[in-house]
Amino acid sequence: MNFWVELLITILLLIGGIFVLVGSIGLIRLPDFYTRLHAPTKATTVGMGGILIASMVMMTNNQGYLSLHELLITLFLLITAPITAHMLAKTALHHENRALRRTRSQHLMECAREQQPPKPADHD
Amino acid sequence: MLNTAILIVSGILCVALILNLWRLLRGPDLSDRILALDTMYINSIALILLYGMHMGTNLYFESALLIAMLGFVSTVALCKYLLRGDIIE
Repeated sequence: MNFWVELLITILLLIGGIFVLVGSIGLIRLPDFYTRLHAPTKATTVGMGGILIASMVMMTNNQGYLSLHELLITLFLLITAPITAHMLAKTALHHENRALRRTRSQHLMECAREQQPPKPADHD
Repeated sequence: MLNTAILIVSGILCVALILNLWRLLRGPDLSDRILALDTMYINSIALILLYGMHMGTNLYFESALLIAMLGFVSTVALCKYLLRGDIIE
């Protein structure tokens, strides 16, 4: 295999792996659920994107024709990640998970739980 | 160089999976556990793809796609169950 292609695949793999690790460390270290929801998104988008593009480059190089079907997984993960995050946030609101005390606009959580629009005076 | 990189990234992913498992076992709330499961299936997709790259075949791609789809559906079903007490009303 060409040296530069190998270097490109290695760099993409390492970027992907580091972002996946950062997402998991965030899942452990962050203090409450609403901040924890934020961390694994990096693993889903950049981490998986890097690993899948590395796989795409390697398969294209091995087979001699363009291999695009890894893009399917990337696209699928990019579409489904916001839906999952939305459902999880709604579940946390419904179960009245405690937020950090310094979270801003906490009074809006009541309206969101009741699925009502915020009252005009509630805006910060 | 490539084989070493694949081994190193596999090690990183295993560490990430163990951290997720810690959150899954410890998570103070049910939604934390679901979030940990969601992250775990995404990391396992990456691990399967790395194994496919190591073996140099395209065979493992389909299983990765299947796990992506089933993982999404299962996460949404669990959230729906916690939200409404029922999955299909």
